[in-house]
Amino acid sequence: MAHLNDAAKAKITEICERYTDEKTPLMMILSDIQREYGYIPLEVQELVSEKTGIPVAEIYGVVTFYSFFSLKPKGKYIIGCCLGTACYVKGAQAIIDRFSELLSIRPGETTEDGLFTLDALRCLGACGIAPAVSINGKVHPKVTPDQVQEIIKKLREEAAN
Amino acid sequence: MIRSFEELESMKCSCTDALNAKYDGSDGKRHVVFCGGTGCLSSDSAAIREAFSAKLREKGLDDKVTVNQVGCFGFCSQGPFCKIFPEDTLYRMVKMEDIDEIIEKDIIGHEVVERLLYVDPETHQKVSRQDDINFYKKQVRVALHGCGAIDPENLNEAIGAGAFQGLARAIKIGREATIKEVLDSGLRGRGGAGFPTGRKWAFAAPGDGDKYIVCNGDEGDPGAFMDRSILEGNPVAVIEGMAIAAYAIGAENGYFYVRAEYPIAVNRLKIAIAQLEEAGLLGDNILGSGFNFRAHLRLGAGAFVCGEETALLNSIEGKRGMPRPRPPFPAVKGLWGRPTCVNNVETLATVPYILREGQEKFRTFGTEGSKGTKVFALGGKINNVGLVEVPMGTTLRELIYDIGGGIPGGKKFKAIQTGGPSGGCLTEKDLDTEIDFDTLKARGSMMGSGGAIVMDEDNCMVDVAKFYMEFICDESCGKCSPCRIGTKRMLEILTKITEGNGEMEDLDKLEEIASICQSNSLCALGQTAANPILSTLRQFRDEYIAHIVDKKCPAHVCKSLMHYNINKDKCIGCGLCERNCPVGAIYKTGYVAHGHKLPSRAINTDICIKCGLCMSNCKFGAITKD
Repeated sequence: MAHLNDAAKAKITEICERYTDEKTPLMMILSDIQREYGYIPLEVQELVSEKTGIPVAEIYGVVTFYSFFSLKPKGKYIIGCCLGTACYVKGAQAIIDRFSELLSIRPGETTEDGLFTLDALRCLGACGIAPAVSINGKVHPKVTPDQVQEIIKKLREEAAN
Repeated sequence: MIRSFEELESMKCSCTDALNAKYDGSDGKRHVVFCGGTGCLSSDSAAIREAFSAKLREKGLDDKVTVNQVGCFGFCSQGPFCKIFPEDTLYRMVKMEDIDEIIEKDIIGHEVVERLLYVDPETHQKVSRQDDINFYKKQVRVALHGCGAIDPENLNEAIGAGAFQGLARAIKIGREATIKEVLDSGLRGRGGAGFPTGRKWAFAAPGDGDKYIVCNGDEGDPGAFMDRSILEGNPVAVIEGMAIAAYAIGAENGYFYVRAEYPIAVNRLKIAIAQLEEAGLLGDNILGSGFNFRAHLRLGAGAFVCGEETALLNSIEGKRGMPRPRPPFPAVKGLWGRPTCVNNVETLATVPYILREGQEKFRTFGTEGSKGTKVFALGGKINNVGLVEVPMGTTLRELIYDIGGGIPGGKKFKAIQTGGPSGGCLTEKDLDTEIDFDTLKARGSMMGSGGAIVMDEDNCMVDVAKFYMEFICDESCGKCSPCRIGTKRMLEILTKITEGNGEMEDLDKLEEIASICQSNSLCALGQTAANPILSTLRQFRDEYIAHIVDKKCPAHVCKSLMHYNINKDKCIGCGLCERNCPVGAIYKTGYVAHGHKLPSRAINTDICIKCGLCMSNCKFGAITKD
């Protein structure tokens, strides 16, 4: 746990202590850590193991099972292209392809400057406004491939300011 | 605090009066509501609502006009919505810049803003009231009760609309009679399989000790969003349904398992639980009856398989979301090894209606084998995309054409996929089928959670089958080999076919693997994984053969089997395609079409990545696919 600073250790300990009344708190602890830091590296899993008594192997198994948990840091902007059926039949593949091409990353990857992560999402439940793209949780309705360049440009400008 | 049946009743009376005054204007005020569902919120309905309020304050109208949010109206493709009471005027596609006009003309001048009304695509008539719009005419709102009518973050409005009357009646008639009422209602689980809810409860009811009720809100079927909408629109109804189920089986704790992808639904549930606890409608000694019940919230973390009930239980227990072998069924050995009843959101949202209104009334809707109503999420190539609740037994034709408004752009209807990745597609010949659990199954599809994706002539059915298989293959948890390996092999074969390398014997192989996967997988995910392939093979075998033998994709979707062409005589040489091509595949030819001055363009097919930007940018229809 050499890489964790004291503040992070204290925060993770506090998160683990939030759920001491729960029988099986692991998912809740991991969700909170993922939300707080954007990823759950091995050092953090070891600390959670120490605090909860759950073996690291089990924690690692859970972290790698669910797509919301990540072992690596994600970008400042997480672009989630919905590839649910309603979006797909309305051309969502062309949108994610365009993001992928313009950012030079594949779905699941993060750009080298740490600015963007591209994710393929399985249905946001926003089928009425397909194709939908979620950027850091905000859903953008009826996106077309032509708008992709403009979206990226705006986010770059926002990040620069 | 509400401590008794009498207190609930008197609270209900005053809340109903307030709600009615809002709808009929007897309080002398105007009431404006904005849709607060995910669809409309993504089109800035919250910001529009706030700006509307601010404008009213500025004009000193805020004591005569109230502004609130309500849950989803269901007609998402026309959002954001704004409705004004008591006139019941519905404005659609409302934008920031429309606020001034609505306030000046309607609020102050009592005149309808015609340009914001819904226009019937057939008659071209403007429609001002929601109930007069075809999309709503055939709908019956049981599970969607309150959605689009009440403020989901205001418990008083929920109580005014009848919340907790169902639980009150359940407690009055007793546990056994409650189970019998639900059994007699004929309610079948709305999550997919259609198992009778009353029987599920009866299995979990015997015996004492810790028991649990779990609400499955892990709505994974891509294209279905009724659970999200119900949780966003009337969370109190689902909590009440859960409390009734808990009372019936003798549980004191209930767990909501909701997808993390639904932040608004999660937040509204949290608010509703807190308000109910404060009001004494959750906690110890509810309504003074001695019944204790608490609701807890758990979030999913992005695994489709957790919609399978035993995988869901593992997930709550902090484990990998892998299914357990059944038996033992959860009703015997579920959460933490205790008897557990897992019910879907829509099922639980229906339960209060059955108890409040009586099972006889519920049974007046529906068919012999499937009573009541069902919510469908109409999506894909359909004019009126949105959420609709209709009686079981409504035909596909009514759903697609009368309610859904038909296929956009004059295109031809090809198929409708029901039941998501576990279901199948239905075609033209099935349009007059009365939809219920059994008829859909008999036609090789299934009800599933109620996703209904319409496809037109531009959709390739082999590509659709591949899309679903990609999804399932990605989401297979990997525990049992028929599913883990079978879905992978089927996806490989489908990929091979869509890339133009398929052989006829691949179709036999697909069917063979499909049958192994179907009969040997541990859970429903694997058992139903091959359904989209089998149903498209049955209905659209000629399309598979076109890909394999003719090396053509009839719908021009599969990239390896299609090309973009520029018609040199239609091309005026404007160069827009050339400027938009991301890979520089478009070049000038030496040819100038008759009547034009600039040389036409052509596509170098060796470089072309088939992104289609040239075609979407061409204003002269000179670019085609073949």
